[in-house]
Amino acid sequence: MNDSFIQINQISKHFGNVKAVDDVSFQIKEGEFFSLLGPSGCGKTTLLRLLAGFEYPTSGNLLLDGSDITALPPDKRPTNMVFQNYAIFPHINVEKNVQFGLRKLGLTNDEIIKRVKDVLSLVKLEGYEERYSSQLSGGQRQRVALARALVRQPKVLLLDEPLGALDKKLRDEMQLELRTLQKEIGITFVFVTHDQQEAISMSDRVAVMSEGKIQQMSSPNELYKNPQNIFVSDFIGETNFLKAKTDSKDGEYINVNIEDLGLFKIKNNLNISENASDVICSVRPETMMIDKEKSDWDICLQGKIKQTSYLGEMTKFYVETKEIEKIITVSSQYFDNQSFQDGKCFISINLNDISLLNKK
Amino acid sequence: MLQVWKSFYARSDPAKAYSLLSPALILVTLAMLIPLGLMLSFSFFTQTSFTEIDYSFTITRYIDFFQSNLLVSLLIKSVKISFIVTFVTLLTAYPVCYYIAFYVKKNKMLWLVLLTLPFWTSYLLRVFSWKIILGTKGVINSSLINAGLLSEPLTFLMYSETAVIITLTHAWAAFALLPLYVSLDKIDFSLIEAARDLGLSRLETFWKITLPLSLPGIIGAILIIFIPTVGDYVTPALLGGTDGRMLSNMIQAYFGKVNNLPLGAASATIMLITVAIVTMIVSYTTKKLTQRIS
Repeated sequence: MNDSFIQINQISKHFGNVKAVDDVSFQIKEGEFFSLLGPSGCGKTTLLRLLAGFEYPTSGNLLLDGSDITALPPDKRPTNMVFQNYAIFPHINVEKNVQFGLRKLGLTNDEIIKRVKDVLSLVKLEGYEERYSSQLSGGQRQRVALARALVRQPKVLLLDEPLGALDKKLRDEMQLELRTLQKEIGITFVFVTHDQQEAISMSDRVAVMSEGKIQQMSSPNELYKNPQNIFVSDFIGETNFLKAKTDSKDGEYINVNIEDLGLFKIKNNLNISENASDVICSVRPETMMIDKEKSDWDICLQGKIKQTSYLGEMTKFYVETKEIEKIITVSSQYFDNQSFQDGKCFISINLNDISLLNKK
Repeated sequence: MLQVWKSFYARSDPAKAYSLLSPALILVTLAMLIPLGLMLSFSFFTQTSFTEIDYSFTITRYIDFFQSNLLVSLLIKSVKISFIVTFVTLLTAYPVCYYIAFYVKKNKMLWLVLLTLPFWTSYLLRVFSWKIILGTKGVINSSLINAGLLSEPLTFLMYSETAVIITLTHAWAAFALLPLYVSLDKIDFSLIEAARDLGLSRLETFWKITLPLSLPGIIGAILIIFIPTVGDYVTPALLGGTDGRMLSNMIQAYFGKVNNLPLGAASATIMLITVAIVTMIVSYTTKKLTQRIS
């Protein structure tokens, strides 16, 4: 497999004064399910449109499978796109929509018919050939868009928030299906989404974007467990931020003075220098423990439950403590909103679960 | 009683619909249906002398019409001029609308208002201003002569079919702009991007996607221009001369100085039917044509 199948070299795209994509460089592997994740306006869609050829970069160049595609128009690129609103041609039926991209490939009639048949069975749309876009549900339209792009057997499939318009249940189903499909056909997928859960659950690698720059690019696990900065830590999942000041360094560890709690020795993954002064400690709600009694964990604080939200498989507690000014979010699978009568509780933190981040 | 009526009215949709429609219905009946019925009945009468009409039923006027070379050729010419006007208007208005719909990002409304600006003056005034532009001593001829490009004025510009076509095209352009713009503006741009993404060139995308999807606007524009221009009377009367005369001028003469109401009524009825048939053929073939394209 080619590790630099898609090469994005110092790509910038400016719209007037706005830097939609700001000097971005990275590579996508062949056969990879790659996600661009970020809030709206972070430049992820612009980057995808640059790959598709709908926009041309202000500077930088794009290489696909070794050849420069920077200046190629969309119809000359070996990429195909699944649009956010699916963009199914309303005046022709499903079969003609799927055939649409095959006319220019120089295939024989038999080949066209076979390819259309195969791809429609791949996306489970047999029997819908004669339907028009207006006669399809959202999920079916999404499948047509997918079939129409896949039938051309592109080198790269670009997906622009294709699941955004579907309801939760269908979205979960499609996530699984897309993932299976991608492994089956082995085409490189570049998937744009603002939904962190979607990105983590489907992708081999995720690039988190903000303000036109890549904040972190890694496997979903890395992204969740070792966020490189506050933005990523905040954007992926939920977390509590505690202010702290650096003290002395101790090998892989560093002593930090967590506000209101005191001095603790924490693993220094990002190799933060002891002169950094202000840092942030991030603690995920599910790594903490809430109980009725005191524990022997590294940090154990007495608190009062201000609010709970019951989510079925777990319950979230919003806890006020004497020591920390902020309300701390803790989640638990063992206790629910009816477990604590007077709201009195103890929350415990393991130092291993604290990740240290640079303050920006 | 009033209560009963009120509750009936509140629950009955037809009652609401008819009461809302009634002013228009009364107007249409008085100003359209009755005159139309009168015209239709007159076409079956006979003008016996300058002042007298024989009211017995006959279809002779229709036979008269088709036996007259002049009337038939004027009918054909009216349809031909209208076709050319419609075609030229579409050809000029479509690119403008395309540009506004897809390339103008801000102040689309301003563009449309500016384009329709000339149409804020009266139709008659615009016809007269074309007279100033196209005349033998008009703007075009005098500037060409002054520039030394011509020694004598171009005569085909004024009092001719060309003059009628130019004027009508300009006069009706605004009516084509709006339906075309609306149908183009409604097209989701991602459909055009999708076609490009699927390997079609710009031109192919236009033929396969943009044109078929803007078809409702095109048919609308064709009908909105074709129907009134076939029967246009002012422009050919003022700018047409003998060469640019159309059937409506003849009809006006029958109702006026020639004083043959039945033949005038028959000619008008024939024109009405012709327009209806042409309209149906045009919308049918345009639809079929685009079905074949896509």
